[in-house]
Amino acid sequence: MPIAYLDEYRDRALAERLVAQIRKVQTRPWVLMEMCGGQTHSIVKHGLDQMLEAALPHTLELVHGPGCPVCVTSLEMIDKAHAIAQRPEVIFCSFGDMLRVPGSRGDLFRLQAQGADIRVVYTPLDCLKLARQYPAKQIVFFAIGFETTAPANAMLVYRAHAEKLDNVSVLVSHVLVPPAIANILQSPANRVQGFLGPGHVCAIMGYREYEPIASRFQVPIVVSGFEPLDILQGALMTVRQLEAGKHTVENQYARILNRDGNPAARQLVYSVFETCDKKWRGVGAIPKSGYKLRWEYRDHDAERRFQVAEIDTLESDLCISGQILKGIKKPHHCPAFGTACTPLHPLGATMVSAEGACAAYYAYGRHLQPSMTGAGGPGRGPHTPQPGPPAT
Amino acid sequence: MCLAIPGKVVSAFEAGGLPMARVQFGAVTREACLAYVPQAVVGDYVLVHVGFAISRVDEAEALRTFELLREMDQLTELDAPAVVAIDAPAVGDLLAGVPPCP
Ligand code: SF4
Repeated sequence: MPIAYLDEYRDRALAERLVAQIRKVQTRPWVLMEMCGGQTHSIVKHGLDQMLEAALPHTLELVHGPGCPVCVTSLEMIDKAHAIAQRPEVIFCSFGDMLRVPGSRGDLFRLQAQGADIRVVYTPLDCLKLARQYPAKQIVFFAIGFETTAPANAMLVYRAHAEKLDNVSVLVSHVLVPPAIANILQSPANRVQGFLGPGHVCAIMGYREYEPIASRFQVPIVVSGFEPLDILQGALMTVRQLEAGKHTVENQYARILNRDGNPAARQLVYSVFETCDKKWRGVGAIPKSGYKLRWEYRDHDAERRFQVAEIDTLESDLCISGQILKGIKKPHHCPAFGTACTPLHPLGATMVSAEGACAAYYAYGRHLQPSMTGAGGPGRGPHTPQPGPPAT
Repeated sequence: MCLAIPGKVVSAFEAGGLPMARVQFGAVTREACLAYVPQAVVGDYVLVHVGFAISRVDEAEALRTFELLREMDQLTELDAPAVVAIDAPAVGDLLAGVPPCP
């Protein structure tokens, strides 16, 4: 039984009890989506999805949402980043995860090898130190992330502005979770019936803004942590709501967050950023789903400063990550998965970050199982249990 | 990369006009900004994301989560090289003049 995969963590007995509880309340199959890349990673590592799908006769399918900011940063933005990073006066700073993300023509590592000054930073604040240290250079930060990262990136801009560090600018590619959930629910191909909400995003934002979505689309949203027991408990809470015909926002992660989140962090985010329409890689444009700098901070806008011309983008035509990010397909449905596309030679962004669904499936050996379980789309046939991943 | 890593505040200081702390994550100690969790004091455990504390956690929770992140290979953020500080001028009150949340 797939429960064996849980051997490696301590709370196995509790996990089994949670699964038994889910089986008890469940009277028909349901499809849930987790919205945080950390949850995806944990689910695949511990085989939680296989465990829940094997809960015959009523399967509980987990599909993986667009919850990895590295994966959904648009190709246009990546290409713009590459164009800026190549300029001789620029020190281009980024979180480490972004360096291997394939743009239309290679990645940041390749540019670094060709002599571009590209630095991995631990925190956006490091850019302030670099700006003071190299006043004749342009320090550009690739400000990506969900709401969790926005307070850190906002502080960089706020401090650069306050200190009049004119040589600091940010390439902003922030994305927001609630509009993405709404977008998934509006799609005619949608299969998702309940959501595990993103715990650390809500540690900043709270979960008020999920309430109108839950009631408008009549879908339960349970804000959850990313540990195996958090996810199973979140799944149980969601299934309970589904079975009772309820659709509210619940908080599984109350030990970390409350309905209000972190108001001090939000205050600075709102003073530096405003919402804008945003293009998500593989998903497309979603209205009001991103942040851009407010007008007061326009001098720190890298796009404005470097006036990068439109670049023709080239996405791999094999990659189906767009359908994966919407929960329509899973990584093993991609013909390139584990063959033409691996973490060392990623064709799409979901193979790059450890939180991308393709990379997580690869890391835990699922490319070795060609006949994996899981749905291929709305019209799938009856579920058949399949062997699990090899023991690690 | 939205995961926050729990660590223990081992010292607090001010730098570049910001309340900062040294935070210990297992064998690694790194700086973190306390601007968003101003109530944290030395000895507290905080969740840190890209160099910013975002909330406080209790010790047992912190230790368990840290172990789990280590098992999941999700601590790479801590491997980023440190950038050496050059003293910043003080710029007055943090968040002074920032309008309240809508
Ligand atoms: S395996 Fe690679 S090519 Fe296929 S969807 Fe995932 S990232 Fe794209």
